[in-house]
Amino acid sequence: MSGFKTHTGKAASLKRDHVDTDQIIPKQFLKKIDKAGYGEFLFFDWRYHSQGQENPDFELNKEETKGSSILITGKNFGCGSSREHAPWALKDYGFQIIIAESFADIFFNNCVKNGILPIRLSENEIQQLNNDRSDSVIHQLTVSLEDQQVVNELGDRFDFEFDPYWKKMLINGWDEISVTLQYEEKIKNYENERIVN
Amino acid sequence: MGKTIIDKLWESHVVAKEVNKPDLLYIDLHLLHEVTSPQAFAGLREKNRKVRRPDLCFATMDHNIPTVDRFNIKDDTSRLQVETLEKNCEEFGIKLEGLDSLQQGIVHVIGPELGLTLPGKTIVCGDSHTSTHGAFGALAFGIGTSEVEHVLATQTLWQNKPKQMNVKIEGELGYGVTAKDVILWFIANYGTNAGTGYIIEFSGSTVRDFTMEERMTLCNMSIEAGAKASVIAPDEKTFSYVQRKTYAPKESEFIEKCEEWKQLVSDYDAVFDHVIEINASDIEPMITWGTTPSMCLPISGHIPAPESALSIEEKQSLESALSYMGFDGHERLEDVEVQHVFIGSCTNSRLSDLIEASAVVEGKEVHPDVRAIVVPGSQSVKREAESLGIHQIFQNAGFEWRDSGCSMCLGMNDDIVPEGERCASTSNRNFAGRQGKGARTHLVSPIMAAAAAIKGRFTDVRSILQTKDPEVNRYVGI
Repeated sequence: MSGFKTHTGKAASLKRDHVDTDQIIPKQFLKKIDKAGYGEFLFFDWRYHSQGQENPDFELNKEETKGSSILITGKNFGCGSSREHAPWALKDYGFQIIIAESFADIFFNNCVKNGILPIRLSENEIQQLNNDRSDSVIHQLTVSLEDQQVVNELGDRFDFEFDPYWKKMLINGWDEISVTLQYEEKIKNYENERIVN
Repeated sequence: MGKTIIDKLWESHVVAKEVNKPDLLYIDLHLLHEVTSPQAFAGLREKNRKVRRPDLCFATMDHNIPTVDRFNIKDDTSRLQVETLEKNCEEFGIKLEGLDSLQQGIVHVIGPELGLTLPGKTIVCGDSHTSTHGAFGALAFGIGTSEVEHVLATQTLWQNKPKQMNVKIEGELGYGVTAKDVILWFIANYGTNAGTGYIIEFSGSTVRDFTMEERMTLCNMSIEAGAKASVIAPDEKTFSYVQRKTYAPKESEFIEKCEEWKQLVSDYDAVFDHVIEINASDIEPMITWGTTPSMCLPISGHIPAPESALSIEEKQSLESALSYMGFDGHERLEDVEVQHVFIGSCTNSRLSDLIEASAVVEGKEVHPDVRAIVVPGSQSVKREAESLGIHQIFQNAGFEWRDSGCSMCLGMNDDIVPEGERCASTSNRNFAGRQGKGARTHLVSPIMAAAAAIKGRFTDVRSILQTKDPEVNRYVGI
């Protein structure tokens, strides 16, 4: 995985709370055995009507949100099922950053492991990001993980907190398993001491 | 300052502790199923890595297997997923309870049944309902596929220690009120993100009085409150449940282990980050009316109207839930008709759930407009129920009696609810589209689901409970 540097991109707004992973990617698309190609199924039931035609009212179907790489949403994003197909779909669709008031725990971890940056901002800050524009299009945002800062086109800066370990992992694009395998000695010692069986 | 059970579980599994890093936790048991594991095995293969401790892994297929004619998986992609699990388990040397196994079942049902789930263990699975195993005093949580791969390769996970919450439930539950109602009530009152960033310890007299099955139901749905995990201190009930299970320690080792497990309690002076106290007598039979588990009310209630919303955002979410569910607002819950009843899922498919529901159904008939199915949580549950004649009670009433699996909880197999139709379901999620595109899910307890099957609409189960069998009465809290 390539490292996460500064990213500038278009942001789409999905003003909803408690978006669950069943909405992000419905169960019928979980049957594949690889990680690729889930983007076309992202938000499937919201994007398409029953007969398969596009739902023009859905935020991501609007012309002005096409090509967005940043998603701004509400509280408790990614709740429910642990399916990693949700971040795979978001990433394949083009999202690299998700800004929300809060995330469900498993989903948050799943994002980080796939090089998607999940950023928590306050309700007020998200409102401010949403308000400086009409409807679903936001001006471009620039996000620096190094500085832990989101900057909008007006130059407003929003600081965010991020775990120092995961920050390092993301910035360097390290393979977590390779890192952990260096702890083999410690793992072995632990097993010997506790006789794990 | 004393330690909580969560501190004790956590600290005993720390392999490495370093500044500015999460703790590296050892994982004692890794449960696997067909949906969230194929990409993890593929990842290992790609990097030429092996499974570090195949002896601590255990697999079954449950999510997309048929519950009728189970060996005949018609959907090609489902079949490929099941076959892929078989191949991966063989290649990497992992024990699999396959479709033909007498022990096959929903992963969270068979873990405890086989004695794989034990107090003091750390348990993970690529499935959010891994929280279920916390009922035994284990630290158990759901993980994503990248983490599945990480555990396969290293038997560890990097984890920041969450905050800790004590949810104390005291007192006796009312007649006809079950563990399912307790967890639904909790989510209805505290919200689907009440537990985000926390591990919950459920404590109090109500929890102590619960059977192991009831404790599993409670812990199962703590993920619906957003909690990382939930845990209940193990006690004599836990030990006697575990004793003599296939993979549990035997004889003198078991006695030794019990002494160790008895230490898994929160010390009297342990401090939690947050405490919630609940009075069990406040809880009634509950039913969800909307599209998140927190959209939930006592059966005596009315569906909320959009004008009751306190903010524009709340009004929008209320309107969208009402529209999806086919309500205007104000409807009486007891007037809502159902077309499907599903008794099953890792929340409520254990023997006691089926016995309770059968007590409501016995001698009655499923309403002619209702299609009702019972999907036992495991093939063992199915056999035990059959030995007690439970299947006949259901079948005589007009229920379909199926083979085990996740089934209609998420409809990855053929068991789906058609668009616009309503299901009284003993499962755990009522998200839009969960049981089928456009399907309308109402989460309830097994006895409430059984009552809905008979009446063809939701009904307060207390109005139709009239069994005189003391064993059954114990189950349904009479």
